[in-house]
Amino acid sequence: MATFFGEVVVAPSRAGLDEEEEAREETPEDREIRREIEKKRYRQRGEIGEREIQVLWSCSEESLVCSRFVVAIGRNAAAFLSSFILDSVCWEVIGVVKLWNEWCRTSSTTNVLPTDSFCLFYRLISDPTVLLCQCSCYVAEDQQFQWLEKVFGSMQKKGLQVTILSTCPVADYKTQESTLTLVSPFLKALKTKEFQEQVCCPLLEQPNIVRDLPAA
Amino acid sequence: MFIPCDRGGGSAAPDFKGFTLLMPAVSVGNVGQLAIDLVISTLDMTKVGYFYTDCLVPMVGNNPYATAEENSVELSINAEVYSLPSKKLVVMQIRSPFIKNKYRPFCETLLSWVKSSKCARVVLLSSSHAYQRDDEQLLGTPLRYLLTPDLEKAVGGCMKELNWKEMEKVAAYPGINDTDKVLHIPGGGITKLLFTESCSEGIQMAVLLKFCSEGDNIPDAFVLVNYLNEWLQLIKSEVSTSNNSTDPSSQWKIPSSWRLLFGNGLPPALF
Repeated sequence: MATFFGEVVVAPSRAGLDEEEEAREETPEDREIRREIEKKRYRQRGEIGEREIQVLWSCSEESLVCSRFVVAIGRNAAAFLSSFILDSVCWEVIGVVKLWNEWCRTSSTTNVLPTDSFCLFYRLISDPTVLLCQCSCYVAEDQQFQWLEKVFGSMQKKGLQVTILSTCPVADYKTQESTLTLVSPFLKALKTKEFQEQVCCPLLEQPNIVRDLPAA
Repeated sequence: MFIPCDRGGGSAAPDFKGFTLLMPAVSVGNVGQLAIDLVISTLDMTKVGYFYTDCLVPMVGNNPYATAEENSVELSINAEVYSLPSKKLVVMQIRSPFIKNKYRPFCETLLSWVKSSKCARVVLLSSSHAYQRDDEQLLGTPLRYLLTPDLEKAVGGCMKELNWKEMEKVAAYPGINDTDKVLHIPGGGITKLLFTESCSEGIQMAVLLKFCSEGDNIPDAFVLVNYLNEWLQLIKSEVSTSNNSTDPSSQWKIPSSWRLLFGNGLPPALF
């Protein structure tokens, strides 16, 4: 693409193409070297690699039977749970996710401030099959699948119902009229066909979509 | 990787033996993906499954091909498979970009699924940066095709009859040595990798691509899908009585999810 001054630059593509990936032609030797480097990154002297996430439970995983799982993703949703649901009498902390990415780092401490980035799991003391997750940190796209597999993989699911709470900017909402005149905040929902109960708000209309960890 | 939809009644996994697999490459202008949307929407194809993969950015929404309130509530994710057994056609749609460093594992898994499901051939819809064309490519049709050697034997003659143009190879070392020619598809995403792997693994694959730039790529999608239709004849191109020309563009049905591609309505207070 030629710009105003005549120099040719690579046009950025909406399709999310990585120019570096296209240009790289791997020989079998290159592939082997890359594989060894990645192995080292992930298992260097027993340490966990940079982008691998760890889910640490305070109880044994055998006892994690789950019938209801509420996941609050993002600071707003996490704050909603803190304000209206969680308290130290009825809920106990049973797990934490430790991760690092370019946007945030979480630690294994469960004593967190609302302004920290954290991902904690709680269990209802009166019914230990009800679990809550507050995830105020950003889980990068290459970690989202890992998060899913490690969290859900630890649970014994018993008629499991999952509720995901998340927020999006109103400006991202696609609608015929302008978002300036829209009364916000407002709720929208997506549900699987297995969810037979009544949903408390309208369903999300096309062409709107959900991304990242809530989508995963 | 492929998870069939549960259609109830304990139906077995769908059988794609002998089918044509039509799929997009995530490429410049998303033209392949838009063209696939037109195919699925027009032929009213049924979803038969999805790909459970960690290689694509996750996304979810409601049915993008909804035509009424009743069919608008089915969830839709980033990699889904639709089929039309009457035309022996299976279509895969990809709706999000690849996660960094994951495009190679995806291609490997995809090709092994193609082999295990015994699809007869794969047709890949793609695009390439228009600004990288050379002087000769700037003239004439912006559409190109590629065939793997196995498919060349079967349909090479058909392409010649249709007067299609094969994608040119470029010099590996331009300016230094013009004899070594390589395939170069800038902006084509996984197109080149899928094609070269299919060549070496004996998979029958055709690539149909259009030179284009980012922008409003809906017209590019129509051009590409009409190009595909010249060969596969998915819909009949009726002769228009008003101007006596064959223009099948009007017969492709635009899906409801194409609304508002360029943003919301404007606030009246702006004026």
